[in-house]
Amino acid sequence: MNLTLFLLALFDGIAYAALVFIVAVGLTLIFGVMRILNVAHGSLYAMGAYLTASLTTFIISAGLPPIFAFPTMLVSAVLIGALLGGPLEWLLLRRIYHKPEVLQLLVTFAIFMILEDVQRLIWGTQPIFQSAALQLMGTVRVFSVNYTVYQLILLPIVAVALLVGLRYFLRRTVAGKLILATTEDREAAQAIGIDADKVFLLTFIVGAGLAGLGGALASPTTSILPGIGADMIVLSFAVVATAGLGQIEGAALTALLIGLGRSFAVYVWPETQVLVPYVIMVAVLLVRPEGLFGSPSARKI
Amino acid sequence: MSTRIIIPAILLILLALVPFAAPTLQVLLTLALAKGIAVMGVTVLLRSGQVSFGHALFFAIAAYGGAFTLMLMPGADLVIVLILGLVAAVLSGLVVGLFVARYRFIFFAMLNLAFSMIFWSILEKFYHYTGGADGMRLPRPTVLWMELERGAYELVIFYLALVLALGLGWFSMRWLDSPVGQLFRTIKTNETRLQYLGMSPQRVMLNGYVLSALLCGTGGILMGLVQGVVTPEYAYWVRSGEMVFIAVLGGAGSVPGALVGAAIYEIVRTYASAFAGDVWQMVLGVFLLIIILFAPGGIAGIYNSAMDRIAGKKEEGE
Repeated sequence: MNLTLFLLALFDGIAYAALVFIVAVGLTLIFGVMRILNVAHGSLYAMGAYLTASLTTFIISAGLPPIFAFPTMLVSAVLIGALLGGPLEWLLLRRIYHKPEVLQLLVTFAIFMILEDVQRLIWGTQPIFQSAALQLMGTVRVFSVNYTVYQLILLPIVAVALLVGLRYFLRRTVAGKLILATTEDREAAQAIGIDADKVFLLTFIVGAGLAGLGGALASPTTSILPGIGADMIVLSFAVVATAGLGQIEGAALTALLIGLGRSFAVYVWPETQVLVPYVIMVAVLLVRPEGLFGSPSARKI
Repeated sequence: MSTRIIIPAILLILLALVPFAAPTLQVLLTLALAKGIAVMGVTVLLRSGQVSFGHALFFAIAAYGGAFTLMLMPGADLVIVLILGLVAAVLSGLVVGLFVARYRFIFFAMLNLAFSMIFWSILEKFYHYTGGADGMRLPRPTVLWMELERGAYELVIFYLALVLALGLGWFSMRWLDSPVGQLFRTIKTNETRLQYLGMSPQRVMLNGYVLSALLCGTGGILMGLVQGVVTPEYAYWVRSGEMVFIAVLGGAGSVPGALVGAAIYEIVRTYASAFAGDVWQMVLGVFLLIIILFAPGGIAGIYNSAMDRIAGKKEEGE
């Protein structure tokens, strides 16, 4: 493997890891606070991507400059979080917090099935491609490799900003501390006057918005077609489980690990590309069932 | 008790008469029986409180196992195809089970999903061996070394599916009531106590997992034999989701419910696909939500409570 290929694999891996992290952090945040694994997270990602692509195409065809592609991403993420995430928590998830874990899984799985068809109804089955944002930022030359600025610089910056921002939000602000308190002990938090319902609603909106943001940021780099939601939920679960459910910083590291592992596999042994993330997950879980950064929970007898 | 048995017995006799009374339904009900056997696998797991989003894996492995058998041994008999397909399903169930039996709930569901997605992408990527998205043909095998016409072959497969459904259903119910099955159900109620009894929950779970792989594999290979072609879609998550849906529809944990659920599902799907084909998953999702929120017992639960009411009235009348 020469330097060019090595750099290409490295950059692919970093860009991919940044995207996966943005989606996975939403999943792990929701789990950390609400103890629910949102299987529909992958659909929210896919709908974020579709929405951004359609809105961007609309904006450009209306004669506005392509720079508007960037605010469109944010708008899509907010729309996904508020218009989809909010009602989902409020109307459905709120009813099942006290039910057995299997039923919670089944409910989010049912939402996933519904949303997969909603996508097909709105956007059809033909692949959609809209890379205005990618082209606008041009490329950068590193040694002998030309790479897009969007993937090499913007995506990692967003991912790191998100990680630092979430850390700051959860540890330093009042709203963040309220969320952490509710996570620690819901009843005790309610006893001191925290509105746990509101905390859950807010968390789910933010988590769903992050899935939408991941999709929005991914949309210029790939063609969007049915099935990306299912792939993404399995992949981001692999990242989140390898890190330990609820571990935000850990998710960043494992996203990098899995992203790099996958992109090097593409250049060394392409057929194994899809297998590498799961091989890493299985290997880690065999040794540490609670994930790299998770701690074993106490058992109640 | 006796009234409870009457309706299933009548249904069973009607089912056995279908090839003569309503031949147009025969293939449809063969598919329903195949699917029902596979759903029994998911149902068995539900009795331990675990749900798998990836059991289409074993469905597909058995079907592809049968297809490979017929490719490598042209003219192999139905018995050999069936046995080798099931061996493939059981062995893979053992290997995957050794790993996933350590996990519960979310991890169990999602790791199964991950394994099935891996197998699905292998089927799609290694198209030199598996035919990629077009799948593999599964030519009609001889039955006990006799060449059969299409009609006779389909009749044989129908009764084979019926016998296997009854036999495996009976076996699964007996197994769930056996000491091992009781331990298996303890995983749902209190796993820690199981450990305090000196049992290994992993081993108990593995037992049930291999049984569920065998059931899903039986369903898969029957499906392949009826359709004559196997595609990667057999392993796709939609197929697993369908199995989970039918298991919940039939009644979480009820083995006969799985068969009834599969029959209702298959019939409704055949006639509803004309006007709801594009939104089929959406319809399933909505129904799944309705069942979970309002009728958690599924068809088996509704049937049992209706029977309880009849029995209760009788006692009052006497």
